[in-house]
Amino acid sequence: MRELRVDPIQCQGRGLCAAAAPALVSLDEWGYPLLADGTREPITSADERAAKRAVRACPRLALALSPR
Amino acid sequence: MLTTAQRPRLLTSTEPGWHAHIRAHGPLPPWPAAPSNRLLLEVEAAGLRGRGGGWFPTAAKMRAVMTASHNGGGPAVVVANAMESEPASLKDATLLAASPHLVLDGLVCAAQAVWAQEAILCLPQDNPAVPVVASALAERSSRGADPLPIRLVCPPHRYLSGEESALVQWLNGEEARPSMGKPYAAGVQGRPTLVQNVETLAQLALIVRHGAAWFRSAGTQAATGTTLVSVSGAVNRPGVVEIGVGTSIVEIVNRCEGVSAPVQAVLTGGYGGAWLPAALGELPWSPEDLAAHGGSAGAGVLVLLPGDSCGIAETARAVSYLAEQGAQQCGPCRFGLSALAAHMHEIAQPATSPFDQRGAAHLSSRIRGRGACRLPDGASRLADSALEVFADELSAHRRGQCSGGRQVLPTPRRKGLA
Repeated sequence: MRELRVDPIQCQGRGLCAAAAPALVSLDEWGYPLLADGTREPITSADERAAKRAVRACPRLALALSPR
Repeated sequence: MLTTAQRPRLLTSTEPGWHAHIRAHGPLPPWPAAPSNRLLLEVEAAGLRGRGGGWFPTAAKMRAVMTASHNGGGPAVVVANAMESEPASLKDATLLAASPHLVLDGLVCAAQAVWAQEAILCLPQDNPAVPVVASALAERSSRGADPLPIRLVCPPHRYLSGEESALVQWLNGEEARPSMGKPYAAGVQGRPTLVQNVETLAQLALIVRHGAAWFRSAGTQAATGTTLVSVSGAVNRPGVVEIGVGTSIVEIVNRCEGVSAPVQAVLTGGYGGAWLPAALGELPWSPEDLAAHGGSAGAGVLVLLPGDSCGIAETARAVSYLAEQGAQQCGPCRFGLSALAAHMHEIAQPATSPFDQRGAAHLSSRIRGRGACRLPDGASRLADSALEVFADELSAHRRGQCSGGRQVLPTPRRKGLA
């Protein structure tokens, strides 16, 4: 299964990932993305398009979708 | 297999010079003429695990470095880590001051195991062992004792400057901040880098001399050998003791001439560790036994909290220290950890305002696993364990009472990165 990963050093909480894929990414009280496993979240094939949208939305290039 | 009266292996020498070292331990076997994996196999058979806090199998780490080296990473670098960031830990400084040559032997052996061509020892500027290590290095180079150069460097002493990736960053000329990089694959100057705690290296120097079976004759099945524990707080003789892994907490305390006051709880592992109730005194000191009860062997820190201390206030001070020592890189840690510290301080005050410890538990869960390094996870675990172990203290605070204000946890003034 693919994984959505955030690089917590690059991430500055701009929040565009959550705007691009609201069903997939929610933000904490400081505006940083909440992923299931801290910095990672397994992505089902149904969610892949949303995950790619979130990745593309990040101006910091902090999000990545692991290769299949 | 629990060793009750394990004889010291590391802390045998009272004199740090070369002759005393050779008298106590004998010379190292000669450096092999061709690359060989004999040493690595011996380390694997011995079951050596890292004593810097993670208890990660040393042989696995060596293999990862060698694989990266073979796959185009080039010659490896070995780094001896004596940064000893945990404020209540003094085992690494104690070991280096007593047996610098054992550590340096271990560094040479680690270099041999991964076929490295460069070795670096990192010791904080303010460490009293610096002159001892410097003269030990001079003794060795005048004897031509080592087949490769060993460099002593002194990074700034902060909580994170000993974190593996941060140390590598510093060695590469950057600020000592954790990175997402993997030192075993691309560390110092981009080369595969083996970073090992100095106690681990000293153990390695003994494995090379006496073999895996001898090493395993102390310790537990899962965590072999002896280990150093820094004991402080309510004990009669605070200091560093060497025990067989699996020795009970009570026995460790007896080695320090017993408790100096009634004890309500113990801090295990360090500020990246966890509190345990004093009732668990019979628990064996091993990573597995401690973890099974929510504790941590970590970097070998054991602090006894006396009855007239407030566990919540002590934890609040420790979490504040961690918050100010953070690298200020990752948002959840940067914002969450200072919020957690503030919340802990609030609930440490008896009944000044209505409070809710669920707020602290929430903040703690918010920072866990969300940083580039393990600092937020450690702070989260420490806070969670405090909320559990000091539940009665929290109830007393709601009634306007508190156990007392005695402070036992050190919070050294170290310049943060903020």
